[in-house]
Amino acid sequence: MAPAKLSPRAQSALVWAVYAVGLAPALWTFWLGASNQLGADPVKTFERFLGLWTIRFLILTLAITPLRDLGLFNGLRYRRALGLLAFYYAALHFLTYAVLDQTMVLSAIVADVVKRPFITFGMIALTLLVPLAVTSNNASIRRLGSRWSSLHRLVYPVAALGALHYSMAVKVLGAEQYIHIGLLVLLLAYRIARPRLMEAKRQKRRAAA
Amino acid sequence: MPSFKVPKIPSSEITPQRIYARRREILGLMAGGAALAAAPSAFAAALKTVPSPYRLDEELTPRESVTTYNNFYEFGTDKGDPAANSGTFKPMPWTVEVGGMVAKPKTFGLEDLMKAYPIEERIYRMRCVEAWSMVIPWNGFPLASLLKAVEPLGSAKYVAFESVVRPEEMPGQTGGFQPLPWPYVEGLRLDEAMHPLTLLAVGLYGETLPNQNGAPIRLVVPWKYGFKGIKSIVKITLTDKQPPSTWNILAPQEYGFYSNVNPAVDHPRWSQATERRIGTGGFFGTSRVDTLPFNGYADDVASLYAGMDLKANF
Ligand code: HEM
Repeated sequence: MAPAKLSPRAQSALVWAVYAVGLAPALWTFWLGASNQLGADPVKTFERFLGLWTIRFLILTLAITPLRDLGLFNGLRYRRALGLLAFYYAALHFLTYAVLDQTMVLSAIVADVVKRPFITFGMIALTLLVPLAVTSNNASIRRLGSRWSSLHRLVYPVAALGALHYSMAVKVLGAEQYIHIGLLVLLLAYRIARPRLMEAKRQKRRAAA
Repeated sequence: MPSFKVPKIPSSEITPQRIYARRREILGLMAGGAALAAAPSAFAAALKTVPSPYRLDEELTPRESVTTYNNFYEFGTDKGDPAANSGTFKPMPWTVEVGGMVAKPKTFGLEDLMKAYPIEERIYRMRCVEAWSMVIPWNGFPLASLLKAVEPLGSAKYVAFESVVRPEEMPGQTGGFQPLPWPYVEGLRLDEAMHPLTLLAVGLYGETLPNQNGAPIRLVVPWKYGFKGIKSIVKITLTDKQPPSTWNILAPQEYGFYSNVNPAVDHPRWSQATERRIGTGGFFGTSRVDTLPFNGYADDVASLYAGMDLKANF
């Protein structure tokens, strides 16, 4: 694919562009909320916006492998940025919930996390994202070796919990939920089918050789 | 009266309320009905209202918020959808059919109702089951006035309400995804319906109801969660059986028939102990306040439920 021919400089510039473009919606929407341009209930609007974009970055992160397998797009070099963006949005989503929505009343937050299954699932998902974010660097990949790949498979339960959390957070399921959750389910199902798909591909190649 | 932090508001935000408070004066200054054409919303017409004792002394939620943040799934599930999608809805002419276990069933024209009963201004808290709240100046008349006119029979124990079905004017009622079964239905016990606080609202902020708020006539029961306040009512039926209510049909473990505001009974998915008071001024104009039993109307209505287990009958 064409991007492989880019200079290392251009490549890293593109990765930084992903971070910049990825964080722009959060910054812009925060500004709208802070300056009273986010409607009647800016706190809830911002909280949900960040949750939805967490889901979106999880979808993009999980889409890298199948797109590459299918020969459509090799975006491996953007995967770390997309995964980290998912973590940043999840963290901001939680901060908005804790600081702006629950106004830092710790007892209310703890009660929610313990008593409300949908918030419990969200909290587990965010917690599982922390070790992934912390080890999203070259040094950790080197140090952890094959354990790094095993560790980062945690992104699958994170996606499943995120989808569950999302489906339970809304009052009724509509088109927006079916599309986002459907994509997550599809991408997770692909992981289950992938070993067999890859094996079939290898055999075809062997037969052709 | 709860003490809650009045949010800091830039002076530009306060002006409309100030004008609102002086509206009788201002209307008096304007000559004749032609001046009413200057009303901000296309269909809004100014109402002649009389004062009522039910005037909560709390900061009003700005009209802008009251009319742009709505749950009215007939126009879409997003809070902004009703304001955006209700332009094609034509509330007038309108009739309300009142029948069932009554001596004098009758279909009322809306204009006749508005002439028959003085339109009061009542400032009520509105507490949504989603844990946010507003303070709204409604204009309307007690439901009891209408019910008395049709003379309920001794056998009547409940009142059932039905909302309008007009797929051609209500985008939420057409297409592949329909969030709720139509028509939207609600119900009250007869004593709840006859309570002086229970209002049939035909306006807010001194003007006829905007479409997104349930034009042209809706129920307001201030001690219950907002979804009990059925909008765009076409039919009222007195009955001896507990009537169905839409959200209760959809999720009976989450939304009870009574749905009295109760900080001690959580919704299964969130706490009802506190609420976000919709304010002004973005993130920092929103405050969280304690939710009060019966939404602060316990002195008026708690006796209706004497001896009842409010946790079981949520
Ligand atoms: C990976 C982690 C998470 C993901 C992917 C996620 C995603 C979402 C999504 C998509 C929504 C719904 C947005 C909408 O209605 O459009 C949502 C709502 C919400 N989430 Fe999360 N979330 C996560 C973690 C958390 C955590 C840790 C908490 C709090 C402890 C939390 C609390 C909430 C709350 C309170 C809502 C709003 C429900 C409402 O509408 O009132 N979430 N989340």
